[in-house]
Amino acid sequence: MHKTLFRSIRHARAALILTIIPGLLGTGAIIVQMALLSKVVNSVFLLHQGLAQIKWLLLLLLAAIIVRAGLVWIREIMAQKCAIRVKSELRRRLFAHLLQLGPAYSKGESTGELVATISEGIERLDAYVSRYLPQLAFSVLVPLVIVIYIFPLDWASAVILLVTGPVIPLLMILVGSYAEKQVQRQWLALARMSAYFLDAVQGLPTLKLFGSSEAARKRVALLSDGFRERTLKMLRVAFLSGMVLEFMAAVAIGLVAVTLGIRLLNAGIPFETAFLVLLLAPEFYRPLRELGVHRHAGMEGKAAAERIIAILETPVPYSSAGASDGALGDNRATGADLSARPCHSERSEECAPCPHNQLTITFTGVTYTYPGSEHAALDNVSLTLPAGSFTALIGRSGAGKSTLVNLLLRFMDPQHGHVTVNDVPLAEWPVEVWREYVALVPQRPYLFYGNVLTNIRLARPDASDEKVEQAAELAGALEFIRQLPQGFATGIGERGARLSAGQAQRIAIARAFLKDAPLLILDEPTSSLDARSEFLIRQALERLTQNRTVLVIAHRYNTIAHANQVAVLENGKLVKVGDPDELLQPEGIYAQPGSPGKAVFL
Amino acid sequence: MKLLFRLLSFLSAFRWQAAFAILLGCAMIASNIALLGMAAYLIAAAALAPLLVTLTIPIYIVRFASVSRAGSRYLERLVSHDVTFRLLAELRTWVYSRLEPLAPAYLQAYRSGDVLTRLVSDVEELQNIYLRVFSPIMVAIAIGLLTFGLFSLFSPVLAWTALAFLAVTGFGVPLLAGWLARGLGEQQLALRAELNAHIVDGIQGVQDLLACGRASDQESKIAHLQSALGRIQGRMAFIAGLQQAMNDLLMNLALWTLLILSIPLVISKAIDGVYLGFLGLVILASFEAVQPLGQAFQFLGHSLAAGERLFKIAGAIPVVRDEITSGSRLAVLTTDNGHLPNNGVTGAAVSTPGPGLVYQEQLSAPEKLFGPILEFEHVHFKYAPGENEALEDISFCAAPGKRIAIVGPSGAGKSTIVNLVLRFWDPTAGVIRLDGQDIRQHALADLRKVVGVVAQDTYLFNDTIRGNLLLARPGATESDIEQALEQAQLADFVRQLPRGLGTWVGEQGLRLSGGERQRLAIARTLLKNPPLLILDEVTANLDPLTEHDLLATLDALMQGRTTLIITHRLIDMERMDEILVLDEGQVRERGTHEQLLKAEGLYHYMLDVLHPAYR
Repeated sequence: MHKTLFRSIRHARAALILTIIPGLLGTGAIIVQMALLSKVVNSVFLLHQGLAQIKWLLLLLLAAIIVRAGLVWIREIMAQKCAIRVKSELRRRLFAHLLQLGPAYSKGESTGELVATISEGIERLDAYVSRYLPQLAFSVLVPLVIVIYIFPLDWASAVILLVTGPVIPLLMILVGSYAEKQVQRQWLALARMSAYFLDAVQGLPTLKLFGSSEAARKRVALLSDGFRERTLKMLRVAFLSGMVLEFMAAVAIGLVAVTLGIRLLNAGIPFETAFLVLLLAPEFYRPLRELGVHRHAGMEGKAAAERIIAILETPVPYSSAGASDGALGDNRATGADLSARPCHSERSEECAPCPHNQLTITFTGVTYTYPGSEHAALDNVSLTLPAGSFTALIGRSGAGKSTLVNLLLRFMDPQHGHVTVNDVPLAEWPVEVWREYVALVPQRPYLFYGNVLTNIRLARPDASDEKVEQAAELAGALEFIRQLPQGFATGIGERGARLSAGQAQRIAIARAFLKDAPLLILDEPTSSLDARSEFLIRQALERLTQNRTVLVIAHRYNTIAHANQVAVLENGKLVKVGDPDELLQPEGIYAQPGSPGKAVFL
Repeated sequence: MKLLFRLLSFLSAFRWQAAFAILLGCAMIASNIALLGMAAYLIAAAALAPLLVTLTIPIYIVRFASVSRAGSRYLERLVSHDVTFRLLAELRTWVYSRLEPLAPAYLQAYRSGDVLTRLVSDVEELQNIYLRVFSPIMVAIAIGLLTFGLFSLFSPVLAWTALAFLAVTGFGVPLLAGWLARGLGEQQLALRAELNAHIVDGIQGVQDLLACGRASDQESKIAHLQSALGRIQGRMAFIAGLQQAMNDLLMNLALWTLLILSIPLVISKAIDGVYLGFLGLVILASFEAVQPLGQAFQFLGHSLAAGERLFKIAGAIPVVRDEITSGSRLAVLTTDNGHLPNNGVTGAAVSTPGPGLVYQEQLSAPEKLFGPILEFEHVHFKYAPGENEALEDISFCAAPGKRIAIVGPSGAGKSTIVNLVLRFWDPTAGVIRLDGQDIRQHALADLRKVVGVVAQDTYLFNDTIRGNLLLARPGATESDIEQALEQAQLADFVRQLPRGLGTWVGEQGLRLSGGERQRLAIARTLLKNPPLLILDEVTANLDPLTEHDLLATLDALMQGRTTLIITHRLIDMERMDEILVLDEGQVRERGTHEQLLKAEGLYHYMLDVLHPAYR
């Protein structure tokens, strides 16, 4: 696992080694300290020397103590440096990859989980990288160094350590592998428990309406108690591995002490050596014990790393043309060769002179199936959006309308068939360049962290204040923006003003005016907005749809009535294309049965 | 401090287990002190005494200590986790029962900022107060005193020195580290919040970002925040490393100082030299007790902050007081034991088309479904003093079985009317009557038994479809459920699910579409079978085709019930007995669909100009 992670991160391995080196030097300092200490005790206890006679020994001891602490400090800093580097590199990559995967992927996953992976999941790698991984190395290297040092001093004790040492990880693995699965399951149950609690709290109004809030409280208590009992049953086994470690370490130290004592009685070993071996014995087991402490962090980190790698390895759903930022240079060259392109530069300002009504878009036999789905979201769809025309796309939710739009925006590429723009296959356009020619007004526009000005400028970050203001005016948004506490500088979102759905819609329309792109894609809101917004948006859209190729996912009678052509999708198939009069006839498929020609719900 | 005691008071229900765990924690460290100390003594004694017999007791102590070390550690972990889980259960039920009377009025203010999620994680934070804060501090104090006692057997100077080093390491170093890192924690939190906001933006707004070609901007913003975060974390690592190094240094300095102090005592024979190694290892082993204190103080800070937030929410006063105990007169209206007067309703119910009739026959006798009279009499309401009136002088009367629609632009006060009927709030002036009696005279539980609500946002629990349905009537039989699903036109959908009614919905399972959610809500309400029905913008989040499909189902639900329909979409208005056009909290117009059209007022304008699609 960590190999895959580390291979992808430059210098991470070097940083890890820089953590291990001070750690091992620290072990050296401990050995020196303990050797000096046993010498001091020996001199005082057996040789009856006073402070004056051993002052150099004591000063050396002090020096070893200070060096040891210094090495701890360096090791900690290095470990964190390594973790910080891994975290920032992974977060950057993960985010970039998610952007490339696009809205189709984010929609299928739970947003909360993705955000949690990028923010919390990556932070969880902290303990994994800075504690667990170095500790893994220490738990092998430090006991080895100590036992190699002890061996020439007293081989009998070294053998005791050597025999008991490997038994500990062995037993821990035996007990652990049994308990591990149970532990994982219980942590999952714990997470579910708090999810249940959150669910009950969030659903309190509903529970109250059904008079079940008291029952839910009892259930919270009952579930918590049941969880506690089951968890404790499991922990009784899981904690055994910790007990085994403690027991083996304690027994081995005791054994070392007793055998040393007996050999001392027989004068088989000098006191100084015996005392030194006793001092070093706990140091032999310390790294293993600390590994046990960091094991949980290690497991958590591992789980997080698995999820991160899974996301990073999800393939990007469109062909490589312009997909990777690194390849942008090549794409420019490719782009310039497209003779039929309306504009030969990808810089948007230079596109300004491009005539707006020049894009003709053709779908030919387009089929798209989402990964993991059995049914095609779009099935052999052929449709032409003539230059400068207004096409209304209608159909029930799930009919494939959003898929069509996503393909047009190249959030993914079709598996069969192709989309052409002025007879040039869309796949030959670098993605970034193509999107300069498209303006999108989504059904629920997303407003970003920041103020009103930056939110409108999203379409064109270098636009002047006047241009932004003009776009806002055209979108019918200027009036409400002026009434906000700080006008265009008013923050949006949690910290700032909350905009109504209608106001957000108008911000998105202002973006589209500012972008001034030859193709406009509009996803009409299904729910009706407040009256004033509804009125202003209608006016703004009339202005916006002039002189462009327009594709609208339409829900409103008015919109459909004004279209040049109406395309009807049903279960991924294009079932009808025609002009609105034809489709809105009483016998047309979308007229409401029972009240001929009157009420239309789209 | 008061806060701390208040938090600790949650432990009182299981104080004996808590005390036992602390005792075991002390035993675990004391065993290690005994093990290492006696091992050192054993070796030293062996170097002097030629007889094995003199070593028997130390050898037994060493053996005993190594077993008790492992045993007490095992038991300590078990008991302390038991205490922690008990504490968690206690905290959860406490928070829940405190929140219950506050919902939804008080909680509505918090809908945005995931405050509820915050609350849940605060509860989880607080479970640490025992395991990671209280218990380590108590153990450290006890072991400190034990070490002090041991050293006093030899010399008071040694005892005080040992205690001083333990105290400085346990309390001084965390204080120093806290002082050095002051502000860094907040800075990190703020940066991470900002980073999070940008990540959420990037993921939720990915469509807009990509369409506008601004993906790389967002990436560089995140890279920028990330490196700022890295700098802060680097500084924190510097301090955390210092803290560890200080712990290590102080432990060994304590050893060194005690050596310097005891060597003259050994030379002067005040202390037997055989104990020199013993003293050294005792002080080293005793530091195990103070090492976790740095972490304990960090957790203490978090727990106090979490506790403060919880107590603040939990201490809020409910806006509505339930002064009447259950079982008042209204209870007879509920369908379970209801004997509503049969005033010719049977005829009306029989005339109901197909499925409605079947339903009524099977679920309950038809005469119960006629509904009570709901009256508003000069009702005024303000959400907070000083604010504008959300409702101004509202009066209407919904006779049994009638349908009243309340229409108007958003913000007109339509939903406020629902909140008042359900007594989530009480009117500032005026009276709401149900069946002729002021609703404040009814127990809340009884009132809510009578009213069924299908709202715009249906909350479905992370549970099976059956679980979500049984919420409405815990005792419902399979055939009741089948009936309700059939009538909500959801039966076919449920049947084709592999696990049928046992399918999980919500985050862990099936994601239902808007229409399916609403049908489930309708089925739930059918099971509850309330005589008074409120439809609060039921179709607002649905696309018009789905909305259209749902209308017939809603119509069946309304049969035989007094219904209050809140909507800003003027659909099916011909079927309403009265329409109230609400604007800015006032009734501007009222009458039937035809009367209002003729009047050519606001209603006509809404229908004709703003929503031509609905004509």
